[in-house]
Amino acid sequence: MMNRTCRHLSTTLDKVTVSLSGKVVLKDISLQIACGDLLAIIGPNGAGKTTLLRAILGEIPFQGTIKFEALGERIRKPLIGYVPQQVSIEKGTPTSVEDLLVMAIGGSPFSLLWRPMTRRQVIEALDRVQAGHLLKERLCDLSGGELQRVLLAAAITPLPDLLLLDEPVSGVDPHGLALFYELVNELRQKRHLSIIIVTHDLAGIAPHADRMVLMKESILAEGTAEEVLRDEVLIRTFGPKLLNVATLLEAKK
Amino acid sequence: MWWSFDFMQWAFSAVLIITPVLALLGTFVIRHHLTFFSDIVGHSSLTGIAIGMALGLAQPTPAMIGLALVLAILVSLLQKWSRSSVDMSLGVLFSLMTSLGVVLLSRGGGFSKFTAYLIGDILTITPDQLFPMFIVGVCVVVLWVALHNAIVLISINPLLARSRRIPVFWVEVGLTSMLAVMVTLSVQWVGVLVVNSLLILPAATARPWAKNARQYAVFSVFLGLTSGVIGLIGSFYWGSATGATIALVGSFFFALSLLLRVVI
Repeated sequence: MMNRTCRHLSTTLDKVTVSLSGKVVLKDISLQIACGDLLAIIGPNGAGKTTLLRAILGEIPFQGTIKFEALGERIRKPLIGYVPQQVSIEKGTPTSVEDLLVMAIGGSPFSLLWRPMTRRQVIEALDRVQAGHLLKERLCDLSGGELQRVLLAAAITPLPDLLLLDEPVSGVDPHGLALFYELVNELRQKRHLSIIIVTHDLAGIAPHADRMVLMKESILAEGTAEEVLRDEVLIRTFGPKLLNVATLLEAKK
Repeated sequence: MWWSFDFMQWAFSAVLIITPVLALLGTFVIRHHLTFFSDIVGHSSLTGIAIGMALGLAQPTPAMIGLALVLAILVSLLQKWSRSSVDMSLGVLFSLMTSLGVVLLSRGGGFSKFTAYLIGDILTITPDQLFPMFIVGVCVVVLWVALHNAIVLISINPLLARSRRIPVFWVEVGLTSMLAVMVTLSVQWVGVLVVNSLLILPAATARPWAKNARQYAVFSVFLGLTSGVIGLIGSFYWGSATGATIALVGSFFFALSLLLRVVI
């Protein structure tokens, strides 16, 4: 699975354990995300999925190791793109799409002293996610799908080594959903980006995921989407409606 | 004419320095929900004076700034470690600091000489105070620019900021410390009761009209300056307390903006 010739990043988690206020939230998570892989993480609410992303981002202390490698060499601080779970922006917040992109790229404050370089980067980034027309809009005025696309644009500019998506499609309409998956797929195929996506949208992610992990504190099942979705543990965790998703997947093939 | 008096010229210069700087900081205060915090710092300056006196300092300012910095770090830690809202803890802190200050200063019945800190008097500002005030103002503006991107990203989502390699905790400590120092120094110039108005009102009025971060800052500074100048000159002719008049003009702009929002 691991491609040594790939010049992009591969990520290895070895026995990652996280305790918050004395309570074990994650236990012995071992995972490998090869270069260009899309890994889907599923699990019930409170299973520690977001905590896992926080550990990868280096935001919380953990036991075990998380190792990033490219071309067989260890990378200490890779650039990680992150699309947060349901960002709620208060009504009337004076932050435009343009502001967010300039800030994410690290340009000068509030686009006062824009260098032409930054400007081109911002416009390119937005075009890449079909959101060029939103440049001057305020973040709080966007629909759920639009906001997610703008956040995706911010996360992939400049192109990161690893992309983390935390339930990026909750509350997004069907059209926005299709568009979002299309963009993620394109990123993976054209740019060979490793992507970890935490999601509840099993049917949506299944056709795109190389591998799927079901977790609840620890890893309960791991394999291809078909394998995991047919897994008995999963059916017990999520209920029998999953079988329908699995059948649907096979029918598509 | 108001301009023919020296003290009015000094006060005018002070207004030109203080109001835009506080208005600029106000945009951060509103984005980061620090309204209550800045109020606590303002009221704690009385406790700072008491501590300064107890230590036998000739000038209470170092003690006031020291206490303000302690509060800034304390509140940053509270925000980092508590999972739920820190609102209640802040309320407790507010009561503690305010009552402590008043009790210490009123012991022996000499509180009246400290009321200047409550109401403040910008008209007593002397030329030798203007230069340090200007330097502090420049420092705050430089820090504001340096921290701007990080602070706005954190207010959108702390984890998103973290993924951009922003040291979230230290930026927040920097923000609360900068705010604490500026509020404490301003208390000596405009008084506890008014400093928060100068901080909050311009940004609150500008917020619904601004389409982006740049407009927010520009509108806020403009409103701060305008209310400052109108309030100062107005207070001269009405014979009212200057700081409060400035705050009142700011409130008037806020009400006007609210009304316009409803009409438009």
